[in-house]
Amino acid sequence: MMDKQLQYNQLISSALRVRESILLMSTNGGCFTGASLSCADIIVYLYGQYLRVSPDSTTNPNRDYLFLSKGHDVPALYATLAEFGFIDKQRLSNHLHISDNIYWHPNTSIPGIEFHSGSLGHLLSVAMGVAYDCLQKKQDNKIVVIVGDGELNEGSLWEGFLVASALKLHNIIVIVDRNKFQANVKTEELIPLESLDNKFSAFGWNVQRIDGHDFYSIDKAMKFCDEHTNTPHIIIADTVRGKGVPSIEERADRWFCNFTDEDIQKLLNELHGTTAKELDSPIFHVR
Amino acid sequence: MYDNEEIFMTYEQLLVESVEKNDKLYVMTAENRAHIRTLPQKIGHKFIDVGIAEQTMIGMAAGLALRGNTVITHALASFLTMRAFEFIRTDVGIAALPVCMVGFIPGILSEANGPTHQSLEDIGLMRLIPTVRIFSPMDEDELLQGMVHIIDSGMPWYIRYINKPATIHHTNFEIGKAEEIGEGNDIVIFSHGFLCAQVLDAATILEENGFGVKVINMRTLRPIDEEVIIRNILDADVVYIVEDHFSTGALYTIIAELIAARGLSATVNTINFSSWHRPGLLNDVLVYEKMNGHSIAQKILNSL
Repeated sequence: MMDKQLQYNQLISSALRVRESILLMSTNGGCFTGASLSCADIIVYLYGQYLRVSPDSTTNPNRDYLFLSKGHDVPALYATLAEFGFIDKQRLSNHLHISDNIYWHPNTSIPGIEFHSGSLGHLLSVAMGVAYDCLQKKQDNKIVVIVGDGELNEGSLWEGFLVASALKLHNIIVIVDRNKFQANVKTEELIPLESLDNKFSAFGWNVQRIDGHDFYSIDKAMKFCDEHTNTPHIIIADTVRGKGVPSIEERADRWFCNFTDEDIQKLLNELHGTTAKELDSPIFHVR
Repeated sequence: MYDNEEIFMTYEQLLVESVEKNDKLYVMTAENRAHIRTLPQKIGHKFIDVGIAEQTMIGMAAGLALRGNTVITHALASFLTMRAFEFIRTDVGIAALPVCMVGFIPGILSEANGPTHQSLEDIGLMRLIPTVRIFSPMDEDELLQGMVHIIDSGMPWYIRYINKPATIHHTNFEIGKAEEIGEGNDIVIFSHGFLCAQVLDAATILEENGFGVKVINMRTLRPIDEEVIIRNILDADVVYIVEDHFSTGALYTIIAELIAARGLSATVNTINFSSWHRPGLLNDVLVYEKMNGHSIAQKILNSL
């Protein structure tokens, strides 16, 4: 899909529906709402515009792969897979039901999910194995890995950055969901990451830094990756945790959210722009 | 030393021949090339050295396996099973991917390296991952014979590497089947891996002292040959379990669990490690830790 003209309006509509679904999964047990909202636009772009994978080709060896290394934002992926027909949208209402597999971290029983995750720092190396095999078979698959910025604390990722560069795995595109928050605190207040661009450059990666909520920027960066195949690619996508819902945005205590059904309605109103900010107090369960 | 199976010269040659026969086979290492130095020349891009990065090696192996490949990972047993443990459990284990993880210098074979390199808990750790199978060969012949079956099994495996030459003619290898050596039932000694050779030396001494002895080389610890264990425990007057592993987690634990699960009553004696062993050259360690044939025989005789 890389040569396709940007389907901007469709992506905007899809992203709104995906955010609605994320909010609807933020009750009756809840989910990692803030991190899901920060990467929603990236995941919607990938499935709506970029990845050569469809509901009919989830096992095709020529498909493009997405590995969600920061697995706790899987509500964004569940909702996107439902949006693009990989799973029945009705199935999202089974979120956390014991009878289904729509739980807090990704698993491969959901069509379209390439590998399970949840433990941070794993899927770069798994993606590297896939990327290596694709290159050896002279296939042009793209292997996209979404990692969190807090996840960059994990040493295994830096091990992988070194090795992927050494192996010249130029078919890997890592997207950092740079929402500036760890689970509980701001990244720069705990283990400062900046300047990230220089760190990745020093590891031999091609680095781009973009607005992770702007489809034009994401599209331009991905096209650049397609046109330059000398090194592995990393895109630092500056995002806002909780993006689209002011009551959740950029709040350290909105990591894991479990709202009441009444709260959800207020948050949906915020998302749709009818109210500015409904929920000021931490009235919901935060883990 | 097998009567009717193909003999491979070395582990390295087995890997080369396996890759030549199977274009869906990769060999990886975390810069542990001592016994596989010619692989870069001989198998080219099917050999991947990730450097001293065991976690990345296992993660990548899982990714290669996701693409329908089988992967052999060769690395120091301690760092493979401990540094990369969560990657083995989470990436290889949960998905039950065909990755054969070969641990170099396992158990007492770390010799003079010291406790950092002593993988005396490797089997216990691997047993905690439900899908991982475990092979502890007695010598190089058994390693090669077993690996032929293991590579084709489509399952995750942990293999204790050994390149000591065989001292006996083995019966043919079958996954999950122990090898019974000897006929006696006064003393039955269960063992696995490198120490089996020492146990056979001990058996000779015990027989010279008038006892009927059987040595059971377990070969695979998962799947385990329950039939052989139960039958011999019921038959034997005295049972010993000899292994170069901590007392918890490996063969002693397996047999104790089996005895409990079957409601049997038996006393099993053990020779294993309660803590890290004295570092030194192999023969010196065997003498110091009383794990050579003579010491094993003496301990058993003294306990009768």
